[in-house]
Amino acid sequence: MSPTDPRAELRFDGTPVPFVPGQSIGAALMANGISSWRTTRVEGRPRGLFCGIGVCFDCLVTVDGQRSQRACVTPAHPGQDVRSADPSTPLPLPGAADE
Amino acid sequence: MSDPTVGVAERQVDLAVVGAGPAGLSAAVVAAENGLTVALVDASPQAGGQYWRHPDERHLDSYARPESTGHHHWPHFRDLRTRLSRAVDAGRVLHLAGRQVWQVLRPEGAPFALRMTPTAGRDASAPADRVVHADRLVIATGAYDRQLPVPGWTLPGVMAAGGVQALYKANQVVAGRRAVVAGTGPFLLSVAAGLADAGVEVVAVCEANALSRWAATPLRATQEPGKLLEGVGYARTFLRDRIPYRTRTIVTEVRGRGRAESVVTARVDGAGRVRPGTERELEADLVAFGWGFTPQLELAVNLGLDTRIDVDESLVVRVDDAQRTSLPGVYAAGETTGIGGAVQSCAEGELAALTAVADAAATAPAERSRRLARRIRRGRRFAIGMHRASPVPRAWSDWVRPDTIVCRCEEVDAAAIAETVTGLDADDPRDVRVTARPGMGWCQGRVCGFAVSKLTAEHSGCAWTREQLEPLQKRPIGVPLRLSDVAELDIEGRITP
Ligand SMILES: Cc1cc2nc3c(=O)[nH]c(=O)nc-3n(C[C@H](O)[C@@H](O)[C@H](O)COP(=O)(O)OP(=O)(O)OC[C@H]3O[C@@H](n4cnc5c(N)ncnc54)[C@H](O)[C@@H]3O)c2cc1C
Ligand code: FES
Repeated sequence: MSPTDPRAELRFDGTPVPFVPGQSIGAALMANGISSWRTTRVEGRPRGLFCGIGVCFDCLVTVDGQRSQRACVTPAHPGQDVRSADPSTPLPLPGAADE
Repeated sequence: MSDPTVGVAERQVDLAVVGAGPAGLSAAVVAAENGLTVALVDASPQAGGQYWRHPDERHLDSYARPESTGHHHWPHFRDLRTRLSRAVDAGRVLHLAGRQVWQVLRPEGAPFALRMTPTAGRDASAPADRVVHADRLVIATGAYDRQLPVPGWTLPGVMAAGGVQALYKANQVVAGRRAVVAGTGPFLLSVAAGLADAGVEVVAVCEANALSRWAATPLRATQEPGKLLEGVGYARTFLRDRIPYRTRTIVTEVRGRGRAESVVTARVDGAGRVRPGTERELEADLVAFGWGFTPQLELAVNLGLDTRIDVDESLVVRVDDAQRTSLPGVYAAGETTGIGGAVQSCAEGELAALTAVADAAATAPAERSRRLARRIRRGRRFAIGMHRASPVPRAWSDWVRPDTIVCRCEEVDAAAIAETVTGLDADDPRDVRVTARPGMGWCQGRVCGFAVSKLTAEHSGCAWTREQLEPLQKRPIGVPLRLSDVAELDIEGRITP
């Protein structure tokens, strides 16, 4: 994949999302009109980017099976599997699995 | 001073700098050029911090606009970046990028130990990469947008003003098509101008305070000509794009089904009380809120450094006029010592480095340090004027309704906080935190800390002191980390391979 390849794409809940190499996952989603991608634990409200710099944890996604990643600070990569699955469900005990 | 190559290989350096924004980047470069070996740790993959956030340097060709888009003082950054890479190539600076420091320890008589974890992604790093030992430490962890809750602020499409700017500067993505920028302070102008340049229709900039507050403060603006020029640049954009700039105006509510669709604005009096009948609804799909900045202090507070409340009501690290903190060997620079802007942050970082060099060699500060200290004092006076002109309005909590979410993570509303204070006699934000649970979620009170402390003080009638603010800044673990990182620590706290 050359740096300027305009076809850089990740998958978001199975749907292809194009991005510019170097962008964050959050930026890629926003640029494609996706402004929210998770719901809150208590009230089930939609959330997306808020602080934009890794402080608020509103933008959590699961990336290649790794849960609770901040979309705003995680670089997008071609072929990446990004999922909006509820990141607040309990994590397995440490050591039980590699997250 | 230790041999640079040996020191770096063993992850043992003379000076560790946390944060590679204007302050930390300046500190690292100047310390290295003056003979210290340095580890520069930053959560971002590239240096620049919030001010000089820019597209991925490895992929510049893919961006429509140049990497300097929207930046002031870009040549200064380029110079610092060149000097940094020279120092890295010479083995004098170890640049640990994409690493967050979650704890700093000072074992008895030993150097500081900084523990870190990757900011994002699968942890490919060797355990040796997770701890650095340093004789001295510069805290340059910067700040983030200060927020006040308002009905509807949890809707997607509502963002922190700095976040909007960061998204644009680093990714060249704009977060909406019709924007309202609201809050207080000159930073709103910069965000609105940036959005307009990127083709967004800015339907209003709502500044809560009156411009006359600027006239009332002896700003000595002629001593800061750079600031004046920046202001002139924004004014030109505002005129060109006919951006309505409304003073003494606030956003009282964001409305929308599933995302921001409109805002309600209102005129306020000098204290921030809404003037009835002035409400207007404006369509907008992007709402950028900024109420000044909150210094990022978890490492400083956990180290037990003396703090104080600054003119803008933020908790900041107390430093002497050479950037020394209350703990020997620890210096602080940039927004952690008080919000003052990037130029001020650079000067403070440089001075912190020179002081560390002088302290390490047990020599007195030289002429350059004295000049810097004078410049920093002048910058501080400018900052005080700026803070006095753009305070958080006294009556802001009037805008909050009982069912307004205050803590976004744990979804705690204003009524729950009020009930905890009045019903359970919790007059300390610490009690409110453990009882109603604001600040107990993912962000650990970074976003709601100021508002929760303010509401607690207001309902309990307690004075606004650092005791009100510190509890929500106390986070024994500086950044959330994977349990496996802790599991890998042996009993004495060493990383086991
Ligand atoms: C989102 C945002 C956008 C901004 N944009 C502008 C702007 O366009 N114009 C303007 O005049 N001012 C802007 N500011 C104000 C800003 O604070 C500047 O004045 C300036 O960047 C401050 O420099 P600094 O070096 O003190 O901190 P920063 O630039 O904030 O740098 C601090 C650095 O420390 C890192 N860091 C923090 N904690 C840790 C940790 N535990 N481990 C590792 N690294 C850590 C951060 O990732 C960051 O890179 C912005 C602020 C924010 C929050
Ligand atoms: S938007 Fe706040 S952490 Fe990502």
